[in-house]
Amino acid sequence: MGEIHVMREGYLPPKQPPRRHLISIGDLEREDVERLLATAKSFSRSLEREVKKLPTLRGRTVVNVFYESSTRTSSSFELAAKRLSADTMSIKAAGSSVDKGESLKDTALTLGAYDPDVIVIRHPQIGAPELVARYTDAHVVNAGDGKHQHPTQALLDLYTIQDELGRIEGVHVAIVGDVLHSRVARSNVQALALMGAKVTLVGPPPLIPRGIEAMGCEVSHEIGAIADADVVYVLRMQRERMAEGANYVPSLREYTERWGVTPERVRPGQKVMHPGPMNRGVEIDPRVADASEALIEAQVRAGLVVRMAVLYDLLTTGPVPVEAPEPLEVA
Amino acid sequence: MLYGKNGRKDDLVVCGARVLDPVEGVDAVLDVRVDKGVIACIGEGLDANGHRVVEGAGLVLAPAFVDPHVHLRVPGGEDEETIASGTEAAAAGGYCAILAMPNTDPVVDSAAVLGSLIEDAKTQAQVPVGFLAAITRGQDGAELTEMAELADQGAAGFTDDGRPVVAPALMRRALQYHGITGRRLALHCEEPTLSKGGQMHESAVSAELGFTGYPSVAESLMVERDLSLAAYEEAPLHLLHLSARESVDALRAAQAKGVQATAEVTPHHLCLTDDAVRSLDSNVKMNPPLRSADDRAALVEGLRDGTIGSVATDHAPHARHEKEVPFEAAPFGVTGLETAFGALYTHLVDPGLIPLETLLERMSAGPARAYGLEPPRVAAGAQANLVLLDTEAAWRVEEKGFRSRSANSWLLGQTLRGQVRLTVAAGKVVHG
Repeated sequence: MGEIHVMREGYLPPKQPPRRHLISIGDLEREDVERLLATAKSFSRSLEREVKKLPTLRGRTVVNVFYESSTRTSSSFELAAKRLSADTMSIKAAGSSVDKGESLKDTALTLGAYDPDVIVIRHPQIGAPELVARYTDAHVVNAGDGKHQHPTQALLDLYTIQDELGRIEGVHVAIVGDVLHSRVARSNVQALALMGAKVTLVGPPPLIPRGIEAMGCEVSHEIGAIADADVVYVLRMQRERMAEGANYVPSLREYTERWGVTPERVRPGQKVMHPGPMNRGVEIDPRVADASEALIEAQVRAGLVVRMAVLYDLLTTGPVPVEAPEPLEVA
Repeated sequence: MLYGKNGRKDDLVVCGARVLDPVEGVDAVLDVRVDKGVIACIGEGLDANGHRVVEGAGLVLAPAFVDPHVHLRVPGGEDEETIASGTEAAAAGGYCAILAMPNTDPVVDSAAVLGSLIEDAKTQAQVPVGFLAAITRGQDGAELTEMAELADQGAAGFTDDGRPVVAPALMRRALQYHGITGRRLALHCEEPTLSKGGQMHESAVSAELGFTGYPSVAESLMVERDLSLAAYEEAPLHLLHLSARESVDALRAAQAKGVQATAEVTPHHLCLTDDAVRSLDSNVKMNPPLRSADDRAALVEGLRDGTIGSVATDHAPHARHEKEVPFEAAPFGVTGLETAFGALYTHLVDPGLIPLETLLERMSAGPARAYGLEPPRVAAGAQANLVLLDTEAAWRVEEKGFRSRSANSWLLGQTLRGQVRLTVAAGKVVHG
């Protein structure tokens, strides 16, 4: 039989009205990323001053809602908002009405009733930020949704690479480890591809999702593939996501033996990154983590200025356009 | 095996419609007169005899549809659907008969539960309903139900739909026991260790979105196993809601070897691919999941060539609050009774992927035969089971238009071509 035709435009469901959110790296064009990184750079200079607080977002309200534990992301969003003089409110799932079984929709409606300017949300389920965006008028920033996206992490990683290597285009980044369970990996592959970097994913076959090459990366199952990279990006072995008996790898010991990033496997001059928190001795050897080539603290510092830039961009210059996902297309 | 409200049998004349019955081999502009619920005569220039006259010019009159796969949600899920609301939805969708699945609370696994459903259907069902009973008690996959007693009580067939019969030996016993009941075994094919945690088809899309994949091999492996067992036991079976090319290929090969296997496919698997999940809309989350463009092409081809003989909606109503959650937390399933014809006319017939005659056969005689029911016919002397279709009318699918108690449709907001104008079920006008 013949080819199946593309479903006609008229039959697609209505697109959501465009509004400025940062839910996925897919919401951004290259020029948006360039503007965000430049804004972050200017904030990094302002933070060198003695008085670090800027009046830019005075009178604005940023609500942080965290349904998953987080240290660096929640603290850096909160500090970013405060550095820009916004009012902040932080809600954690534990001890809130979420414990009483309140649905995400109702929590969104409740928070929306305070008219916040931005809601920053981390949630264990894919699609939670879209849901919040649907039920509130606030700008929504995704601080991690399940295994889907963590766009501000990818932006801070781009910032760190640009700062260290002076460029992103043409840089070769090897991302090593548990790609399957990693929203950081997905956002970074998308962001690095958008900016013209070369990405190689390295890890055991069960932890590399089938079909991921379509995102614009290469895949290798041999740790030797990191040798050519300018940057070795080490992912956390997400033990809390490893279902009992799932057998993604036979043991952490075997993982470390074959895919751990050790001094012997890192070439002099290669930069090493890790989104944290690290399992020292599992995916990364402590000698690598503490070496001068490691950019791990630089990443944390970048997190603050990049999140300042994201909040600033959403509330002032914009737009960070929301591309409604391309739904219901039959290829 | 079908139960509904008795009573009124209508008189009616449909004038000047294109009468299209692929089984009877009729395709001509004719009048059809129904006397007391029975098709009395078919011809030109018929006398109305004082009956209600329905103008059929420009419309298609066909045998009404049979849906072999509906979740009426009773007992236990009356907030989502009831026999009354589900059969009203069926009437609006052009159906003259539907089969209800037993994965309710409690499960339809005893003559007592089945008997009470049959009694309710006799007072509430707008269109006749057949009830399938479970293959295993509580659908736990451990012990067979008392199938012979259930068949005597009126079960239309047996299925653990929603779950596979995991143990091969138990599946084999069920096939052996089938000889006693004579009612069809309908199988939900899913290898649960391969589909565990799966949210969508395993593909480049799931890799990008981060969802745990539910690979097509989880279905086709079980299809191949069940076909092997059916061949060995020389017993017939019906495969529910196929989604993968490999499943269609295995079925076609088994049929060629003489295995008595029938199968069904849903409108959403025929119209959509896994790309739709990029919307993160919980109304495109179903089990089995939407698969690749290649799988979709295989399903369309299987339906066209008859390997897959039935369209089944797998109408699965869910309460609004259950679907208004992140995709990962949402239950599987979408509604379909009221949109099936419009969706398939728009996405398959209109673009030329399958002929209208084929679609009409797969929505009516195909599913009826799969379960040993009398196929609806446009023929003198037959009980009137008719649907009058407007293939030109465009209509917008909106929540407020649904007769179903639930509105978890993947078609909300879309404009469809092809509308049901009139449904006659068991001799009674139930819609239009």
